[in-house]
Amino acid sequence: MMSHRGRTLTGWGVVNLIVVLYALFPVWWIVALSFKDPSTLSDGDFIPREWTWANYRGIFQTSEFTRALINSIGIAVIATTIAVVLGTMAAYAVARLRFPGKRLLIGMSLLIAMFPPISLVSPLFNIERVLGIFDTWAGLIIPYMTFSLPLAIYTLSAFFREIPWDLEKAAKVDGATPWQAFRLVIAPLAAPGVFTTGILVFIFCWNDFLFAISLTSTTAARTVPAAIAFFTGSSQFQQPTGSIAAAAVVITVPIVVFVLLFQRRIVAGLTAGAVKG
Amino acid sequence: MSPSAESAEATGAAEAAAGRGRAELSEGARQERRLGLLLCAPAVVVMVAVTAYPIAYAVYLSLQRYDLRFPGQAHWVGLSNYGAVLSSPFWWQALWVTVLITVVSVAVELVLGMALALVMHRAVFGRGTVRTAVLIPYGIVTVVAAYSWQYAWTPGTGYLAALLPAGSAPLTDQWQAIGLIILAEVWKTTPFMALLLLAGLALVPGETVRAAMVDGANFWQRLRLVILPLMKPAILVALLFRTLDAFRIFDNIYVLTGGSNDTGSVSILGYDNLFTALNLGIGSAISVLIFLCVAVIAFCFIKIFGASAPGGEPERR
Repeated sequence: MMSHRGRTLTGWGVVNLIVVLYALFPVWWIVALSFKDPSTLSDGDFIPREWTWANYRGIFQTSEFTRALINSIGIAVIATTIAVVLGTMAAYAVARLRFPGKRLLIGMSLLIAMFPPISLVSPLFNIERVLGIFDTWAGLIIPYMTFSLPLAIYTLSAFFREIPWDLEKAAKVDGATPWQAFRLVIAPLAAPGVFTTGILVFIFCWNDFLFAISLTSTTAARTVPAAIAFFTGSSQFQQPTGSIAAAAVVITVPIVVFVLLFQRRIVAGLTAGAVKG
Repeated sequence: MSPSAESAEATGAAEAAAGRGRAELSEGARQERRLGLLLCAPAVVVMVAVTAYPIAYAVYLSLQRYDLRFPGQAHWVGLSNYGAVLSSPFWWQALWVTVLITVVSVAVELVLGMALALVMHRAVFGRGTVRTAVLIPYGIVTVVAAYSWQYAWTPGTGYLAALLPAGSAPLTDQWQAIGLIILAEVWKTTPFMALLLLAGLALVPGETVRAAMVDGANFWQRLRLVILPLMKPAILVALLFRTLDAFRIFDNIYVLTGGSNDTGSVSILGYDNLFTALNLGIGSAISVLIFLCVAVIAFCFIKIFGASAPGGEPERR
């Protein structure tokens, strides 16, 4: 007969196991597919009978995938950087300063956070063709940074509210201007929050599919999620299943790394933005 | 723009008036105001330029007959594109599918998310592991997860299809496919819901729950009578975010069924009209209608929210 404590522990063990299995089994399946040999690809086995790197070698030999990977990384990094810089400035003002129009800014970010992207696809498609930025990096960076700004502003202003006021006041007493107080006192304290926001914004940009298929037409700016949808088999009769699975696993790796390294920060960032601000 | 922006604008104007009403602003206060406006300006310019202007342009485009194959022949047709969309069975079919997916997936997510939040909140050990695990569905690229589900349910490739009776192809049947789309959506977004609810759960005072326990309330009574009412603001925020997010569903459907067999959402319909039918006028009319639907949903939620809307918070300062 198990003790009460033993039963509780076993119970929680089972519950935890269920949650972990729930979270991981679709991920495992795409990983398993990506390591299957083309001949066993359609056997439906949950664990590959023979493990092979063939699918990975295949996609890295085509510029279709490598180019898309470069696009994905470049576009997401640039959009994240701009959104975090602009978001940090705005969030500092929202959290710390008294100025007119603050509620307008909050209302507007909330509105954009709810905006359906499909509503912007048709006008942006036309505007970008006129401006000559259709199918370029800039053409994707612009909508990405716009749609991630509300996320950045909310998360950052929540983090900024937790920074002790007194330090800024002390700096001002010592003769610092508000700008100096921002740059020399608050910015270093805010760095962890800014970093967390950067991760959330990067995940957001990395994830996008709708803009990526709508605002690109060649491999010039197509990101991996969009490129996957255009993969074709090496012959007319071959399904691109193996290539798609391998490409999917490659773009999942950075997400898994972020989650493993920064689990605590990501949870804090997600909940700070939504509940406190 | 939506009503919430108008009300925010009105209060913003009121604040400005109050500012003018103060006899003399000190030099420091004036400097603070200038810096505040200056720091917000770039973000505001970007957000207005990339959303407000295009949505106005979308309204303009939706009033034109505009076929991308013959851009020279674009001309003004008034509201006839809206007439064409609203009298089309495709629009109503897509809207019905979208609403169905939204309502069912958000309802399931709320229940599952609450369970998951309670697990993460109360777990005796392994909290870190569980939180790490649930962040994977949140972070994973939707298209990647959608392909995993698609291959899993495809007869001949998938382990899940192999569990079904021979000859069934669930992704080609309307109802089964919608069920699988909802499943994929629920899998991906329940962790996000759970994390928002977990944050709300953390704000419930422990003494209150213990007091209820001392008074003899069992787990369900504590949940229903103490914890849930205290979590109402967090639940409403989570519901608002997820409802609007689910209404925009695109990626999962695009990969799982491509919108065939009447499984397309309104976003899929808009995309098809733009990029398959190349009809910018009709596509824009659909875009504007989707925007209006979202505005109505947001308005209803904010009416329920009242002061607990995220936008209302900064007053506390």
